[in-house]
Amino acid sequence: MASSISDSLRNGLWRENPGLVQLLGLCPLLAVTGSFVNGLGLGIATLLVLMASNALVSSTRRWIQPEIRIPIYVLIIASLVTCIELVFKAWFPDLDRALGIFIPLIVTNCAIVARAEVFASRNPVGASILDGFVMGLGFALLLMAIGAFRELTGQGTLFARMDMLFGGEPVRGIVLADNGWLLMVLPPGAFFSLALAIAIKNVIDRRRTDARAHLPRRARALDR
Amino acid sequence: MEFERHDAPFITPMVSVPSLMLQVLAALVPAAIAHVWFFGPGFIFNLIVAALFAAAGETLMLKLRNRNPVAGLQDFSALVTAALLAFALPSLTPWWVTATGALFAVIVAKHLYGGLGFNIFNPAMAGYVVILVAFPMHLNLWVAPQMGDLDYPAMTVMQTLAFTLTGALPDGLTYDAVSRATPLDVMKSGLNNARTVVEIRAVPIMGDFGGRGWEWIGNFLAIGGFWLLIKKIIRWQIPAGIGLGLLLPATIMYTIDPGSHASPGFHLFAGATILCAFFIATDPVSAATSPRGRFIYGVGIGLIIYSIRLWGSYADGVAFAVLIMNMAVPAIDYLTRPHIVGHDAYGAQDE
Repeated sequence: MASSISDSLRNGLWRENPGLVQLLGLCPLLAVTGSFVNGLGLGIATLLVLMASNALVSSTRRWIQPEIRIPIYVLIIASLVTCIELVFKAWFPDLDRALGIFIPLIVTNCAIVARAEVFASRNPVGASILDGFVMGLGFALLLMAIGAFRELTGQGTLFARMDMLFGGEPVRGIVLADNGWLLMVLPPGAFFSLALAIAIKNVIDRRRTDARAHLPRRARALDR
Repeated sequence: MEFERHDAPFITPMVSVPSLMLQVLAALVPAAIAHVWFFGPGFIFNLIVAALFAAAGETLMLKLRNRNPVAGLQDFSALVTAALLAFALPSLTPWWVTATGALFAVIVAKHLYGGLGFNIFNPAMAGYVVILVAFPMHLNLWVAPQMGDLDYPAMTVMQTLAFTLTGALPDGLTYDAVSRATPLDVMKSGLNNARTVVEIRAVPIMGDFGGRGWEWIGNFLAIGGFWLLIKKIIRWQIPAGIGLGLLLPATIMYTIDPGSHASPGFHLFAGATILCAFFIATDPVSAATSPRGRFIYGVGIGLIIYSIRLWGSYADGVAFAVLIMNMAVPAIDYLTRPHIVGHDAYGAQDE
């Protein structure tokens, strides 16, 4: 069990990261990551929906007819997203306004349907919840990383408006510069940032395989 | 049937990339001199900054890609990119704006796509669009042309250099004092404020066709362009296509309603039309390749330029038009492949 947890963690965060590797859920990924707090907010919302939808799909997997499974997944996900949206509206109204349509649009996030189809519909409840958690975490971390990068380069700040999530007076966060490179806050900046993140991941992966290839054979066997 | 006869030698000399790029640069020299004459020495500083950073970006990327940087720099393509970027920029541009454009052009638009010969987008225009979107304020500082009777404080060489290096104007001068709206800006805002073309053309910066100074640069660019045409470095289809795509709708609209549409002559000589037709759109890498395809590519650019000038929020649309048509090039090339005898239009062999 321990190895399977670390395995699925590695899958969700790195090897099969929904955003970096599977390139799923790009619409919210590109649209709302203008700042760290937006990325964090949408990341949490997606994580919660993904865990709950995986749990529900997994527990009902014996009764779902395969012919109509996709509409049923969409129904389950849509109900959960409505719940999350109401939670956001009730407790984080500012963040809800900042994220706007992209909270309801979690319904159309392919990453969630993909996990329901690929994992939850053929695995027990516990494993499915774990899978939803790590995949959601991988997606949320990517949203936060891109949000932080775009906020830093585009506005010169970091962690601005965290009050939208934690309450209190509006905060400006860590101010490093008075203004930034406007382009990074605009849509092209999102594409550049995602491309950069994928490139960095590929470089790291290649370095690792190269390093492994240079090890003596016995060490390589142990490494595996 | 009469066949055209040629005398020996039958094999024409191969044109190398460096000589091609050098001839393009040579064709730009008259217009560059005119630019300095009318708009002050800022152009030279922009050119130096752009060339330095383009060369630096080229060297860095070639090193990262394990290529020989010296050989890469000797094809002068980075210098052409820098020169085109310098022509697109106002003569008062802080160095970091120029540097951002040059680095983006060479690193992202050129080398990340695979280097010279593989870039989908025109590097100079990609770099220009990035700084236009990122620093809109800095790209509006066109000084008025130095034509003698236009009353404005001219900046000296040292003041211009200081502005390029620091982005600060000398004491006592404000942005409003040194910069002027370009003819296209004046035309657009005037028409938006329901003034007639005749009223707008009474503004002192307007010349015979386009803006004073600008139209002379246009003339010298056209001379360089025709020289490239004679040397067969560029082909006639792209300039002709752009002329048709831009001037035909302009003529139609001007004929229907001359009060609220600028004349075709204005569209030809204002903004970057001529620079685009002869030097930017004719980039052999990012343009369409078949003769018919080149013409379609040019017409598309002309139509998009006219649409942006008429309905868009930017005063000129050359850079956007070129980038949009760059995206259409694979489709154009696919659909205009020349017919091979015995094959159908898509290259499949006839039964």
